[in-house]
Amino acid sequence: MRNEFCEAMVQRASDPDFVFLTGDLGFMALEPLQKAAGARFINAGVAEQNMVSVAAGLASQGLKPWAYSIAPFIYARPLEQVRNDVCLHDLPVTLVGNGGGYAYGVMGGTHHAIEDYGILLSLLHMNVYVPAFGADVAPAVERILRSGHPAYLRLGRDEKSKEADPGPYAPWRKVLSGAGPAVAVVGPIAGTLMKDFAGLENAKRPNLWVLTELPLDEKTVPAQFLKDLETSGHLVVVEEHVAHGGAGEMIGRFLLLSGRAPKKFSHFCAQGYLSGYYGSQGFHRKECGLTSENILKVTGLA
Amino acid sequence: MKTLKQIIHQSKKRLLQMHYESGVGHIGGNLSCLDILMVLHHRVMGPEDHFILSKGHAAGALYITLWSMEKLKDEDLKLFHKEPTRLSGHPAPRWKEEITFATGSLGHGFSLASGLALAKRLQGKKGRIFCLTSDGEWQEGSNWEALIFAAHQKLTNLTLIVDENGLQGFGTTREVAGQEKLLDRLKPFGLPISEVDGHDTEALEKALKDPAPGPRVVVAHTVKGKGVSFMENKMEWHYLPLKDEQFKTALEELGEA
Repeated sequence: MRNEFCEAMVQRASDPDFVFLTGDLGFMALEPLQKAAGARFINAGVAEQNMVSVAAGLASQGLKPWAYSIAPFIYARPLEQVRNDVCLHDLPVTLVGNGGGYAYGVMGGTHHAIEDYGILLSLLHMNVYVPAFGADVAPAVERILRSGHPAYLRLGRDEKSKEADPGPYAPWRKVLSGAGPAVAVVGPIAGTLMKDFAGLENAKRPNLWVLTELPLDEKTVPAQFLKDLETSGHLVVVEEHVAHGGAGEMIGRFLLLSGRAPKKFSHFCAQGYLSGYYGSQGFHRKECGLTSENILKVTGLA
Repeated sequence: MKTLKQIIHQSKKRLLQMHYESGVGHIGGNLSCLDILMVLHHRVMGPEDHFILSKGHAAGALYITLWSMEKLKDEDLKLFHKEPTRLSGHPAPRWKEEITFATGSLGHGFSLASGLALAKRLQGKKGRIFCLTSDGEWQEGSNWEALIFAAHQKLTNLTLIVDENGLQGFGTTREVAGQEKLLDRLKPFGLPISEVDGHDTEALEKALKDPAPGPRVVVAHTVKGKGVSFMENKMEWHYLPLKDEQFKTALEELGEA
C-alpha cells in the first residue's frame, strides 16, 4: 500500500495546507512525493518525538501534516507527544504507520505493530483508518482530510487476488455472503480470507465484513451485519492486533450495551510471540491462529 | 503611564498573592522567569509572534503576565488551582489564544515552537516564535532532537530562551546531571547564543530583540525565587506554598516600586 499511499499524497501535495514529515524512512518509495511536495516534504530525521510535536505545531497554524514512519516508531516512541501535543489539542495531524501487525515479519518484534490502534484509540479524539486493500488508501486519505481530527493510518500489503472485487471503500463493507457466521475482519488479512472463503459452499461460507475505521461508530454499524449476526448467533472477529483494545472488544462491547449479545464469540487476534521464534508475517499469523484454516476449524466450518 | 519596572513589581506581588490565596507551590520557578516573560510580552512580542512556555510548571508566571496585559482578570486569577477553572497548575489547552499549547510534561515546547516557526515559513507569514525552557528540562532527549531539527531547518524566526536557575526537582543541575554550564553543551550546534542576566530587563530586551537570524539561543542566568530572600536559590520553593507570615514578609521585602 506504500505506493498507493505515495500516489494519494502526490495528489494532495499542492494543497495549501499540505505538509509531509518522515522519520528518515521511505527510501525507494516516497521519492515521487519528495519531488512533488518540494519544501513541504521534510525529512525530520531519526527523531520521532520531535517530528510529532513539530507536526502539532504545524497543525496549530492551520496546516494538515502527515507524519510517516514504520508503524511502531510513529505510535510507540512518541506516544506522549501524540497524547499531549496532538490529541489533547484535537489537531488534524495524521500519523502514518507502515507495516501494521506482523507485516515486518522476520525483521523482528521491535518492528511489529500489534497493539497500535488499541493504544492510540485510548487517546482523545483519535480516529484510526486501516485500509484492507490498496484501493482503500486514497479514499481513506480523503476521509482523514475531511475529518479534521487526529488520525492514524495503518498501512500493510494488499493480499486480495486481482479478480476479487470488494466494492468501494466504506467503514463497513460486506465482501462475502453465505449462511455461515458473521465475520468482522480488520486489515489486509481480509484479502486472504476473501480468497480462501469464496469457494466454500453456501452453508459454510461466512458473511465476511471488512471494517476499516475505528473506533466503532455505533451509528454506522450496518443493519445487515446485525441481521447476519442474529441469524447465525455467532460473532467472529479477525484482526492482526492484540485482543486488548482491539476491534473484538469494541464490537463485543457495542453488542452487549445494545442488548444484542451473540450466543458465541470467537476472536482471532495477535498473541505476541508464543514460541519465542521469529519469522515471516505468515509464520506469526499461523502461530496465533490467524489463518483461514484455523478460523474454519475453530468455528466448526472445516 | 507605568514603567515596565513598576508593572513587573506589581505583577510579582500579584503572583505571590495568587499563590498565597491558592495555597500552591512552584513559586520559585515562577519568580525565576517572570522578568523574562514580562519583557517578552510587554516589550518584544507583536501580534504576529507566538510564545510557548515549555516549562509548564511556570504557568503562574504566564497567567500573571497575561493579567498584566489585561488578557486575564482578577476574577480569573482567583480561580488559579481551584475548580472549575481554566487556570490549572499547568496551562490548559484550547481556551486562550495566547496559550498556544498545553504544556507541563517537559521537553515538548521547543519542538512545538519549531513546528510553529516552520509553519510561518511554509505559509510565508511574518512573525517570530519564542520558547522558554527550564535548564533541568535539557535532560529530556526530545529537546536535543528539537535543537538538531531547528538548527538543520534554519528556523530563522525562532528564539529559544533558557531559564537557567541551576536548580531542579531534587538538587542542583550539577548534582543531578553534571550540568554545570548548559551553554557549553549548546555551543557546538553553532547557533548564535547570548548570555544575559535574566533579571536585567534592559539586557533581556536587547538580547530578545536581536534582529540577527536564528534560530537563536538566549541563556538567561536567573535566581530561583528571585526577589524574596528566603526563597532565593532554595530548592524547596519549587514545591512549597506560602504561609501567612511568609506571605507578609515576602510582600514587605518587595516593598514599593
